[in-house]
Amino acid sequence: MNSILELFQYQFFNNAVFAAIMASITCGIIGSYVVARRIVFISGGITHASFGGIGIAWYMGLNPILGAALFGVLSALGIEWISKKTDVRQDSVIGILWALGMALGIIFIYMTPGYAPNLMSFLFGNILTVGSLDLYLLLGLSVLTIVIFALFLKPILYVAFDEEFAKTQRIPVQFISYLMIALVALAIVLNIRVVGIILVISFLTIPQTIANMFTKDFKKMILGAIGFGLLGSFIGLLVSYKINAPSGATIIFSFVLLFVIAKLVQLALIALRRREGIKEVK
Amino acid sequence: MDTLLELKSINAAYDDKLVLKDVDLKINRNDFVGIIGPNGGGKTTLLKVILGILKPISGEININGTSIGYLPQINKIDSKFPISVRDVVLSGLMGVKKLFGRYSPENRKSANKLMEQMGILHLKNKNIGELSGGQLQRVFLCRAIISDPQLLILDEPDTYVDSNFEGELYEILDQLNDHMAIVVVSHDVGTICSHVKTIACVNQTLCYHDSNIISQEQLAAYNCPIDLITHGEVPHRVLKHHH
Repeated sequence: MNSILELFQYQFFNNAVFAAIMASITCGIIGSYVVARRIVFISGGITHASFGGIGIAWYMGLNPILGAALFGVLSALGIEWISKKTDVRQDSVIGILWALGMALGIIFIYMTPGYAPNLMSFLFGNILTVGSLDLYLLLGLSVLTIVIFALFLKPILYVAFDEEFAKTQRIPVQFISYLMIALVALAIVLNIRVVGIILVISFLTIPQTIANMFTKDFKKMILGAIGFGLLGSFIGLLVSYKINAPSGATIIFSFVLLFVIAKLVQLALIALRRREGIKEVK
Repeated sequence: MDTLLELKSINAAYDDKLVLKDVDLKINRNDFVGIIGPNGGGKTTLLKVILGILKPISGEININGTSIGYLPQINKIDSKFPISVRDVVLSGLMGVKKLFGRYSPENRKSANKLMEQMGILHLKNKNIGELSGGQLQRVFLCRAIISDPQLLILDEPDTYVDSNFEGELYEILDQLNDHMAIVVVSHDVGTICSHVKTIACVNQTLCYHDSNIISQEQLAAYNCPIDLITHGEVPHRVLKHHH
C-alpha cells in the first residue's frame, strides 16, 4: 500500500492518474452514446483515419495530436455527410477511410527527415508519458462533454433513438448529429495518447457494455461506464507500472477481466432469481 | 373547411428512380384517410414527403404550421436501445419542449394518463427491449398523440398487433378523429376500409377516392389481397371503375 502512495510523489504518476480520470469521464459519456447508437464501427474508422493527421502534422513539424484532431473531426463529419447525402454504403466508406488514414500516417512519418518517432506509442499509447498540453485538452473536452450532455441529454437521446421521429418534431437533427459525431472524434483523438489508436475503441465500448449488463437506463449507463472506466484504468495503470508494460494494453486487459467478472456476476444473479421462481413477465 | 396540409404536383425520387409522380393530396380537419397500394408503390415515400423527412424533387408542400404526430413502422426501431417506456412516450413532447425544455409535472401526469388509457402504465419503467410487439406499438401510439397534434400519421399500425388490440386501436382512432385528422397506411385493406372516411391509392401516382365504399364491396367480391390493386396502364384486376 505504501509503495502505491509513494507513486504519487512523482509528477508523471499524478499526470497519469489525472489522465485516467479524464479518459474515464470523456469515454464513459461519449462511449455510451457510441454503444447505444451502434456506431462502434464508425468510431473505429475515425480512430484510424486520424492517424493520417498525426503523420501529416509530424511531417510539418506541428503537434501530432492537433493534426489528429483536425483529421479525425473532418473524417467524422465526412462519414456523417456521406451517409446522409449519398447512396454509398456507409461501412464501405468507413473501410476506405480507415485504411487511407493509416497509409497516410505511415507515409508521412517515414518521409520526415531525421528521428522517426516511436510508432508504438501512437498505436498503443502510454498514459505514463502524457504531457500537460494533453491534460489541458482532456480537461477541456471533459468540461465540454459534461456541459453538452447536461443541457441536451434528452434531445441527444431522442435523436439517437429515432432520428426520423425527431425530424417530424422539428428538432435540429442535423446539427445534433454533426455535433455528436465531432465530439466522438475529439474524444477518440485526445484519448489516443492514453490508450493508443488500436485500443481506444475498447475504452469506448467495454466499460459501457459492462454497465449495460446491469442497467438499461441511458443516464445510469453513463455513470456506470465512468465508474468501470476508472476502476479498470487504475488497475491497468498500477499493473503497467509494476510490470513495465505499455499502459494502453494493461488498461484494456483489466477492462476485459472486469467484463468477464461482470458477466459471471450477471449470470449468477439471473440463476439466483430463477431459483426464487420464474418471474411473470407481465 | 380548414386545410391542414396540401401537396401540389409532387414528384419524389430516390436517385434516378421516380417513386411519386405528380401527386396531389389535400388533408382537411377531421379527415380520416387510408393510404393503400402495392409494396414499393410509394406509400412510405408519400409519408416521408408529408413529414418533411424526404425532400421532393419538385412540387409544392403547404403545411401551414400544422403539428404532426407520427407512428413509424416499429420494425425500424432499435428495440435494444437503452430507453424506458416513459421516456419514449415523453419524447413525443420534444417538438413542444424544444431543446432546453424540462418536463413539467403536468407533462408527466398526461403521459401517465395516456399510458393508463392504453393499458401500458405498469410498463412505464421497463426498457423497450422487454416489451412485446403489441405493447411496443401502444407505446409508440402514446408518443404520437401525447402532444395532441392536429394531424396524426400512422405507418402500418396494425402490424405486430394482437387482434385484440387491433379493434381497440381503430376505436381509439375513431375517438381521436373528433379532434385530429388521421392518415393511416395499411396493408390490411379489409379493416382499414371500414374505419377510414376516404381512401388514397398510391402506385407512383395517387388516386383519391372520396369515400370508403369502393373497395369494401368490391374487395370482398374479388377477395384479392391489396397487392393486386393496380392503376393506369396496368389492367385493373381489383377495381372495376377506377380511373
